[in-house]
Amino acid sequence: MTATTPGPAGSARLGLTPSQTVGPFLHIGLPWPDGPYVVPEGTPGAIRITGQVIDGAGEPVPDAIVETWQADPDGRFAHPDDPRGAQPPALDGFRGFGRCPTDAQGRYEILTVKPGPLPAPEGGMEAPHLNVSVFSRGLLDRLVTRIYFPDEAEANAADPVLNAVPESRRGTLVATPDGAGLRFDIRMQGENETVFFAV
Amino acid sequence: MIVLKLPSYEEPPKGTHPPLSFPDYASTRLRAPSQPLVVLPHRLTEVTGPLFGDERIRPGDNDLTRQHDGEPLGQRIIVHGRVLDSDGRPVPNTLVEVWQPNAAGRYRHVNDNWPAPIDPNFTGGGRVLTDANGHYQFTTIKPGAYPWRNHPNAWRPSHIHFSLFGRAFTQRLITQMYFPGDPLFFQDPVFNSIPDPKARERLISVYDHEVTTPEWALGFRFDIVLRGPAATPFEEPRP
Repeated sequence: MTATTPGPAGSARLGLTPSQTVGPFLHIGLPWPDGPYVVPEGTPGAIRITGQVIDGAGEPVPDAIVETWQADPDGRFAHPDDPRGAQPPALDGFRGFGRCPTDAQGRYEILTVKPGPLPAPEGGMEAPHLNVSVFSRGLLDRLVTRIYFPDEAEANAADPVLNAVPESRRGTLVATPDGAGLRFDIRMQGENETVFFAV
Repeated sequence: MIVLKLPSYEEPPKGTHPPLSFPDYASTRLRAPSQPLVVLPHRLTEVTGPLFGDERIRPGDNDLTRQHDGEPLGQRIIVHGRVLDSDGRPVPNTLVEVWQPNAAGRYRHVNDNWPAPIDPNFTGGGRVLTDANGHYQFTTIKPGAYPWRNHPNAWRPSHIHFSLFGRAFTQRLITQMYFPGDPLFFQDPVFNSIPDPKARERLISVYDHEVTTPEWALGFRFDIVLRGPAATPFEEPRP
């Protein structure tokens, strides 16, 4: 339970609750019918991002859930901890958050809009991106990655997060054009393994 | 240049969270990344996150025993606790999602086929929001243990899955709540994947007689602690 651990100068901090796997039956608790819709169907400029979650043997992962979080097209968040101030979404029905369980072929799908670029606290700008969490059986903690946009070459080249990733692996974080939408596969392990982050 | 002052979040102490690669839990072998994680310093997308309200809660979501025409079989329990950060500050109005198997240890799921009965009166999913003090509470039945094929004669201890959002992407947490005195802990690689035994114990709920309702339900308390602010620099005492 909430045991305290002694900190500096006698202060006490509560010990964090550890992570555990979602297991194979996450569908009872996590999916929402409107989960994949960061924006409603029919929103001008909406982009469908689809992809497959693939394991270290190259097999699709049919029991994962992919979640996304992002700024609105103006690069703002409806959130009080944004020091520029919370701003209601620039688009009707924009939620910022998406979640989609994978199907039998390991596929997920999110309908969203491209977020605006973001000022970085150290100066400069972050290129438009989505933060992604992946949960599944066999993951004792979430995997965190990012989706960048293929038509933002200049902004991507200046992005501090992409620039902290070895050049040979950066491409795993950039979605690829796929018909009218974008494709972003998540390779959990092995060849072309997606870059995952410690947050 | 825009100067941004962002909230800070501590790095989880070593041993708190399980490693991604933990071969005793066989499913990690093909799913844990082989490359080291790249450190992502916290910027705007990390210190913000979805803030859900009542729109995500439907009537009955906080009582898993009242989601069908009849009552589910099993021991009725009340699970409650507080969602806090590591500084002890409550996390108010935050969404808590739970799911679990029925009293016989069977999930209402197409892929759960072990020969334990399905309970037509139990689905096993629930949602609540914490109140202004970070407190949550829901009613359910005590989940049963169940076998799996991870190792010979493998059984999962009784548990309830919990999903939490906190107020920022950095605080997102999915975990499992266990019950006190479970004899199955010793052989469970999911529970034992947490390196620090004290952190492991934080996943075990406590029997709470104050919340036990006479002639109705047993109470269990499970507090959840999310990442708090990074520690402020230690000031040396003056001589």
